Amino acid sequence: MSILVNKDTKVIVQGFTGKEGTFHSEQCIAYGTNIVGGVTPGKGGQTHLDRPVFNTVKDAVDATGATVSMIFVPPAFVSDAVMEAADAGIELAVIITEGAPVKDMMYAKMYATKKGMKTIGPNCPGIITAEECKIGIMPGFIFKKGPVGLISKSGTLTYEASNQVVKEGLGITTAVGIGGDPIIGLSYKQLLPLFEADPETKAIVMIGEIGGTLEIEAAEFIKNNITKPVIAFIAGQTAPKGKRMGHAGAIISGGQGTAQEKMDALAAAGVYVVKSPADIGKTVSKALGK
Amino acid sequence: MNIHEYQAKEIFREYGVPVPRGGVAFTGPEAKKVAEELGGDLWVVKAQIHAGGRGKAGGVKLARSLDEVEKIAEELIGMTLVTHQTGPEGKKVEKVYIEEGADIQKEYYLGMVLDRTTEMPVMMASTEGGMEIEEVAAKNPEKIIKVAIDPTIGFQGFHGRKLAFGLGLSKDEIRPFIKFAEALYKVYMDKDANMIEINPLIKTGSGEFLALDAKMGFDDNALYRHQDILEMRDLSEEDPVEVEAAKYGLSYVNLDGNVGCMVNGAGLAMATMDIIKHEGGEPANFLDVGGGANPDTVAKGFELILQDENVRSIFVNIFGGIVRCDRIANGILQATQKVDVNVPVIVRLDGTNAEEAAEILKNANIKNIIPATDLADGAKKAVAAAKGEL
Ligand SMILES: Nc1ncnc2c1ncn2[C@@H]1O[C@H](COP(=O)(O)OP(=O)(O)OP(=O)(O)O)[C@@H](O)[C@H]1O
Ligand SMILES: [Mg+2]
Repeated sequence: MSILVNKDTKVIVQGFTGKEGTFHSEQCIAYGTNIVGGVTPGKGGQTHLDRPVFNTVKDAVDATGATVSMIFVPPAFVSDAVMEAADAGIELAVIITEGAPVKDMMYAKMYATKKGMKTIGPNCPGIITAEECKIGIMPGFIFKKGPVGLISKSGTLTYEASNQVVKEGLGITTAVGIGGDPIIGLSYKQLLPLFEADPETKAIVMIGEIGGTLEIEAAEFIKNNITKPVIAFIAGQTAPKGKRMGHAGAIISGGQGTAQEKMDALAAAGVYVVKSPADIGKTVSKALGK
Repeated sequence: MNIHEYQAKEIFREYGVPVPRGGVAFTGPEAKKVAEELGGDLWVVKAQIHAGGRGKAGGVKLARSLDEVEKIAEELIGMTLVTHQTGPEGKKVEKVYIEEGADIQKEYYLGMVLDRTTEMPVMMASTEGGMEIEEVAAKNPEKIIKVAIDPTIGFQGFHGRKLAFGLGLSKDEIRPFIKFAEALYKVYMDKDANMIEINPLIKTGSGEFLALDAKMGFDDNALYRHQDILEMRDLSEEDPVEVEAAKYGLSYVNLDGNVGCMVNGAGLAMATMDIIKHEGGEPANFLDVGGGANPDTVAKGFELILQDENVRSIFVNIFGGIVRCDRIANGILQATQKVDVNVPVIVRLDGTNAEEAAEILKNANIKNIIPATDLADGAKKAVAAAKGEL
């Protein structure tokens, strides 16, 4: 078991034939991901990486039955691509693209929600179910199968955490890089219950960062809904207080989004809060009674 | 990206958001000329820096004669203004904005920002205008009226009425206020702003609403479609080292400690600073070399770190994913040939081909390069090296 994706998930790639799309699709295929085709407008009918290319997402879905799309479209066009996926009935869009305008993502996410499509990202490493299905740009070999679910805002810190977990003789069910942009798709609060419901996941690692309030909301949710042990690290404990302009950001968030605020809230919710990023793996072992 | 008050007010004018008349000046005589053209007998001379809290720090001054305008402008230009938003080093004033003195009957606060919870822009208003607005938000949140605006329907009358009635405006104030707020919403959306703040928004003796202050920030990802805003960028407001780093795709922030850091990925870079502190050291910088980490970016990274004289050791912490560690190791060796690295460099490479990388570094046998086995080991060694204990 796992969450959201597994070896049977049919995946298409938007931006399939571009440089990034090609490179990472190849890596995903090598990992075992069931990539059934791709979309590049104007290249419909061609074959790329031994898979069919379609002009539209609708064509791709009709022909392949794909339910997930991995998106590598450049920032200026990414919201269009996300909305096209939603319109075509895709169930989950994994948006890798970095640099998407916030306003565009605001509209894209509203439309995705209206159409019942989940999104991950943008500006994220993607999602991986260990040894089954990699949809993203993470180095697959770090993610060995095991009992730990992983949710992270940061890319390289996801790899670091998984690596530590694996070195403890444990491993990962599914790891999700949610990204750190102002508007993101699935977040801690939506992913935690999926891990809670997954029988193979015995513990959940949560990697957060300074800024925003997602970790605080997650803490509240964990207190009331999660019975499995949660291990959290918040990056940026020593980050200098940024110079800023105006007060509006602080007013709306009702706090400064410091690492300390988040660590306190998580600790109060019964989470194992790790101060040193080198202790993530060890603490997971401890939480699992190993 | 942020812009100055005078630039934000230019944009406001374009969109029909009422502001007092004014003009920018770079010297005392220029300031006097601007005041002369504005006419009247009361002016305000305002230091233009990318930070708030200028009023309290002495950066906003009233002048009652043209000579006084010139004198104040001369005092302000060239001075370093330290406010609660600049950090202790302050900001150098290079220009001033001269504005006609307004007849303030009442001050309000009006701001706009993205609300990450509703994922919509939110407009916030309060009768408690002025500096202490954050305190008001913390202690009396009910005194701040917030209205999330669904961009698919845009700014509607009811949004404006919620704010206007919440502020307790009288019957004949409501219409001009709503017009003001609607124009402000349009500025925010059209320009891909991520923050607009008017503190204070005032009602004048003649019942007009005027933006007396204007702060604006923009979504960097959207600047490619706003040439006009890009042209307003003031590089003198930014740290030259950070600007230089950005040219190479590096993200660098200078800090006070003596342990230099070079890391791939912002999250891991922050975590690296955290662990240095955890091990009893102080990070000298934040440096994210991105996914690439090739010989050129690593060499540039060393250059950036070493121009800080406080640096006593460097911790290179790279998690190789798609980019293999053996290539990064070679990159580090090449970089040390290009740049004279005269402090111990602790190198922790993990991920793809980490063993080959360790072998390469060992065989190179460079005295300054000390390999580390993992994150904790690397941090400990870097801190010890900075203290001269390695
Ligand atoms: N044109 C003007 N006429 C009269 N008074 C003015 C004028 N401009 C500014 N002031 C006064 O000076 C004060 C400080 O100016 P302003 O709000 O522009 O800068 P600030 O101190 O940087 O703002 P903040 O505290 O919001 O960061 C205002 O609150 C207002 O009382
Ligand atoms: Mg002000």
